[in-house]
Amino acid sequence: MTETSLGQATEKRDIVRGSDGAMKRLLGMREMGLLCIILLVCVVMSLASPYFLTWSNFRTIFLSFSVEGIVVIGMTMLLIVGGLDLSVGAVVCFAMVVAGKLFLLGINPWLASAGGVASAAAIGAAMGVFVVKVGLSHFIASLAAMVIVRGACLLVTQGTPLSLFTLPPEFKFVGQGSIGGVPLVVIIFLVLAVVFDFLLRRATRFRAIFYTGSNERAAEYSGIRTKRVIFWVTVLCSTLAGLSGVIFMARFGSATPQFGVGMELNVIAAAVIGGASLKGGQGSIFGAVLGVALLSLVTSSLILLDVSVYLQDMIKGFILLAAVSFDHLMSKRAGREG
Amino acid sequence: MPSLLELEGIAKRFGPVAALQDVSFDLRAGEIHALAGENGAGKSTTMRIVDGIIQPDAGQIRIDGKPVRIRSPLEAQALGIGFVHQEIALCPDVSVAENIFMAATAASRAPLMNFAGMERKARAALAELTDVDPGAKVGSLSISNQQLVEIAKALALDARILILDEPTSALTEAETRKLFAIVHRLKAKGLGIIHITHRMAEIFDHCDRVTVFRDGRYIDCLQVDGTTPEQVVNRMVGRTISKLYPPKLNRAAGRPLIEVEGLCDTHLLDDISFTLREGEILGIGGLIGAGRSELAKAVCGLGPRRAGRIRLDGQDVSIPDFATALDHGVVYVSEDRKAEGLFLDLSIRSNVSALRLGQVSTRLGLIDRSAEEAQAQRLGKKLRLKAASMANPPSVLSGGNQQKVALARMFSVNPRVVFLDEPTRGVDVGAKSEIHIILRDLARSGVGVIVISSELPELIGLADRILVLHEGRLSGEIGPDRMTEEAIIALASGLKPPVAAQKLEGTEQ
Ligand SMILES: Nc1ncnc2c1ncn2[C@@H]1O[C@H](COP(=O)(O)OP(=O)(O)OP(=O)(O)O)[C@@H](O)[C@H]1O
Ligand SMILES: [Mg+2]
Repeated sequence: MTETSLGQATEKRDIVRGSDGAMKRLLGMREMGLLCIILLVCVVMSLASPYFLTWSNFRTIFLSFSVEGIVVIGMTMLLIVGGLDLSVGAVVCFAMVVAGKLFLLGINPWLASAGGVASAAAIGAAMGVFVVKVGLSHFIASLAAMVIVRGACLLVTQGTPLSLFTLPPEFKFVGQGSIGGVPLVVIIFLVLAVVFDFLLRRATRFRAIFYTGSNERAAEYSGIRTKRVIFWVTVLCSTLAGLSGVIFMARFGSATPQFGVGMELNVIAAAVIGGASLKGGQGSIFGAVLGVALLSLVTSSLILLDVSVYLQDMIKGFILLAAVSFDHLMSKRAGREG
Repeated sequence: MPSLLELEGIAKRFGPVAALQDVSFDLRAGEIHALAGENGAGKSTTMRIVDGIIQPDAGQIRIDGKPVRIRSPLEAQALGIGFVHQEIALCPDVSVAENIFMAATAASRAPLMNFAGMERKARAALAELTDVDPGAKVGSLSISNQQLVEIAKALALDARILILDEPTSALTEAETRKLFAIVHRLKAKGLGIIHITHRMAEIFDHCDRVTVFRDGRYIDCLQVDGTTPEQVVNRMVGRTISKLYPPKLNRAAGRPLIEVEGLCDTHLLDDISFTLREGEILGIGGLIGAGRSELAKAVCGLGPRRAGRIRLDGQDVSIPDFATALDHGVVYVSEDRKAEGLFLDLSIRSNVSALRLGQVSTRLGLIDRSAEEAQAQRLGKKLRLKAASMANPPSVLSGGNQQKVALARMFSVNPRVVFLDEPTRGVDVGAKSEIHIILRDLARSGVGVIVISSELPELIGLADRILVLHEGRLSGEIGPDRMTEEAIIALASGLKPPVAAQKLEGTEQ
């Protein structure tokens, strides 16, 4: 008799402990919360400015974050696996500069772009080797890469922007054209976001990214080749940065060696606002997309409201702080209830 | 018929430390084979070699008589080896179901995840062990439930060889019983099971053979039938140790050291009052989740406290945080040494000195290395800590020796009242009885000792008085004359103690 009641008592506690479908809902909650904030900003802005609710304004906002958004996708995956990449801004620029230089040397722009993306992937692979084989942290490896690659951009261009107005129109179309009124870059970004969000949620191979980031040792003991996972996500992040670089080139028709300075912080901020954790194991592409959308929305709203540029940066910083603190407090409370 | 798993001449060094020398072992299909040995004897290291986590320097592993090389856990899984790790190895941000089937996911060829199917299978796999929601994140579970998930994970591999490295040290009696029901069924199905434990009762109740290691060497393999626990312990420690608990307090306890009145916290503890008197050891029993650790933490300023008074030596004190508790000489030693007890990557001596750095500092506020070293040496010796050097981090120590470092920290403060949460979890028999003696001496010298333990024999053997908690309330107190496992279990599960029930019967007659 004692035995059964003992069992029952234990079970009762465990039900209480295990009742965290709440945790699961919370994951969706981060995204819901962001959506609500975005809607709220939209409502307020549409009251504040007659220009806000216009097609051209939305087009501008989407355009402003789409290409950078491609970098955010890669960064989010890297954060989930427990890594970090400070070199993305420099790598975006490097892919742009390499592709531009190759084009100026007379190579077909598509091939030149492939070369730019490949060079970005190579930088990612080099960082991956230093992280996985040598054992450096992502922070150090990518900090070094950032400085080196930025230097390389200056070296390749000799410090002056490459003027690429001779790019053929069908290539510029990638960065400047629209299909049915929607800019092609927005379409590219959304397709990539949907594909990677789906892969990360559902694909067997991509789940290993969460496992490795959450507890590398446990993942390894479960038969996951964690070093390989970390290596390939590092490469993927740089590759997406490279892709974004050549799309920027097509959009602007030029390649500047100072392009993308400070971009890495914006990108990390967007991913973190979207729910990625710097400790690894947490995050989603959908959330990160909302994060980057919110940041751009706020920037363009502030411009629309004629707010000083200096204030804009401060406000963005406060948004980052508020979003992350709010989430932290909510999950703490949910954890206590659960 | 060849053995299922054979090890021969296995050797492994970690730098200057020879962890294993010429170790052999053999496991048959359809047996539960206990592996016993003191802390640091090399049990876990041997099993990590079998699982391919580390590679041996010499020796051979044979499965079904065929020599194999196991280069990674992945290869071990392919050979049918399942491993429940001593230190829980789960991904906290991921659901229970995904953790259980992580190996299957890693090996799966299906392009997409089937979460619904996975949760269904996980529910079935967990059914006999516990009731946790397969969709819950592992990080939100208690240690004991995490341990059960870790077990379910190994069972889900459909292994032929199942290695259990101290699976019961974080479980209560009820859960341990469920685990052994499963293990016996697997044995009947023809699996070979290796069970590492420091609890003699588990070896003698459930196992068929027992292999003993000492100091990284194979000592003996005995048939459990026809062997006595004393023989096993003798081979483990190479000397005789008394399995008796130190004598209890034989006089009335002295003045009150700490009095707690009407303690409540925000979510569990409800109106708890107790007094600890000089000279006595107070035990706290209860099921997992009853609030034992929460109580200790609340008193020590580590947990939320809503109401309640604490008096030390008759004086009201307020303990808003653990730093104040330490100033008053009130110490809590956590049950979770990895997450809450130790700085795993700092040196042992910095771990020991951390609670009271002033003791090993010069007048200028600089840390005096040699004083720190001396302190670590002195306390390490007292606890028979087995470590190559006090400059090593606890992360390279065996589980039991990590526990000793956690205890050494407590001694460094010259405490007045100590709360010890599962102080002998994962500690070998010899060291365990030494810890018991040390705690008794501590109590005799006037320090208040409060011990939380899930091991009922330990609670009964050590404590002069036992408080039992049930769902955050004090469900009863058991004095020295009525201490039985049944009495504790009854109170812990919220029933009336059998003694009271008998009295009731008596009055009716
Ligand atoms: N990575 C490592 N580096 C250095 N020494 C190690 C390492 N792993 C284990 N050791 C040493 O090897 C010895 C055996 O440790 P092991 O963990 O196998 O002991 P155990 O028998 O499992 O003990 P316990 O009962 O405490 O779990 C110990 O002295 C330990 O300090
Ligand atoms: Mg061990």
